[in-house]
Order: sequence, then structure tokens, then C-alpha cells
Amino acid sequence: MTSLRLEFDVSGNNFASAGTASDEVKKKLKMLGINPVDIRKVAIAMYEGEINMVIHAGGGKAIVDIYEDKIDIILKDNGPGIPDISLALTEGYSTATDTIRDLGFGAGMGLPNMKKYSDEFKIDSKVGEGTTVYMTIYFG
Amino acid sequence: MKISEIARILEAKVCYGEDMLDTEIRSACASDMMSDVLAFVKDQALLISGLCNPQVIRTADMMDIKCIALVRGKMPTPEMIEIAKQKGIAILTSEFRMYVACGALYAEGLHPGELRV
Repeated sequence: MTSLRLEFDVSGNNFASAGTASDEVKKKLKMLGINPVDIRKVAIAMYEGEINMVIHAGGGKAIVDIYEDKIDIILKDNGPGIPDISLALTEGYSTATDTIRDLGFGAGMGLPNMKKYSDEFKIDSKVGEGTTVYMTIYFG
Repeated sequence: MKISEIARILEAKVCYGEDMLDTEIRSACASDMMSDVLAFVKDQALLISGLCNPQVIRTADMMDIKCIALVRGKMPTPEMIEIAKQKGIAILTSEFRMYVACGALYAEGLHPGELRV
């Protein structure tokens, strides 16, 4: 099945610009006439992922494949990795600093939100090497 | 409730969105934590927040929120105004504290609407 591929470099140096990739994907899905409820699920899941990459991993790459009936999102970073994935998926658990909390994030809802709004969700992570998150959201 | 009415109730200055004052807002939410907005908000059109950085506008955009009311006298930065312009999101600023702002709007009939659980 053919897909429309979008690739983004997520900068780790500029917190203010975090969310620009999600914004681009949201615009593209709107243009393609995808249902607004699905667009919002994609936007939230990807935006939280982008914020996570900026907060915890110094940036990374986002690869998005849009199909007729679904979207696949891969978020890959070369950050410190997640030692305990099930703990990281617990609502309210966060390793974010007070500085990040002052910016409105780090409530321990990032990964749980990404999982909640995805139909398929998987994390591969190796401490010292990085983390890759795979999310699929079906349309309709 | 129109955005103009919200501005009146909150004694707020309109920082961006003079042309959106007639937009009808039917529900509201309030938080300083954007992750909570992303987790719990469903179809609210007004976000009341004391957080003042570009991610407030980006979060609002992801949630299709049409108006942001900053409380505690926070003034949006030029960067925030620029993103708000691109996204068509009105920004108000009020000297009210969060609790007072929420109470004033609630008392005038602006309720939370449906929330995610």
C-alpha cells in the first residue's frame, strides 16, 4: 500500500519550537480530509512525543507514513534511554526537572497520553543508546 | 458566551484576536500543566492558564481551542502572538488569579462541558 512519507528533525535546543512537526502533520491530515477526532488523536500523541524528545533526549527524528486508513509514526532519539519502560508508562511518573515543570510539562502524562491516543504503541529503548517509539492510529 | 463577554467578565485586555470577539465559546478548562490539558480536555474552546510560553498556544492548537485567557497579569511574548496569528487563536490577559477567573466565568454560565475521563 502506498503512503505519504514525512520526515522531520526535532531540534533538542529550542523548546519553543517543539511541536512544529506535529503541527505540519496536523495540517497535512486536515488537507487530506481526515476526520477531526482522528486528527486530534494524532496531534496529541505526536506532540507529546516531540516534547519528550526535546525534554529528555536532546531532540531526534520523526518519520511519519500516512496511508488511506492509518498513520504510522516513528519517533527516534539518541538520548539516555528508558531504564524501566513500565514505570515510565505510569501516569504521574516523571523524571523531568523543575525547569521543565515550570514550562508546563513533566506531569508524567507524556508516554501515558501517547499510549492512550494510539491504537498500536510500542517502545524500544536501550540505556545509553536511545529510544524509539512506534505509534499507529487508524482512521475512522 | 462570546469572547467579548469573556473579556468583559475577566476585565481582560485583548492581546490578539480583536476580529474574533464575536466567536461563541461554549465551554472552558483551566490548567498550568499542558500535559493535563492534553490528557483531560475534550471539546473546550477556552483555555484559562497562568503559564505563558509558546507551548500554551501550540497545546491549544492541538486541542482546537479557540481562545486563551492568561491570568495573573501574564503578557504574551511576541513569539506567542505570532503563533496565535498563524493558528487563529485569540489571547486575552487578565489580572485575575486563576481561581477568581474560573469562578467569575462559571458564575456567568460558562461551564466545563464534556471532559475526558
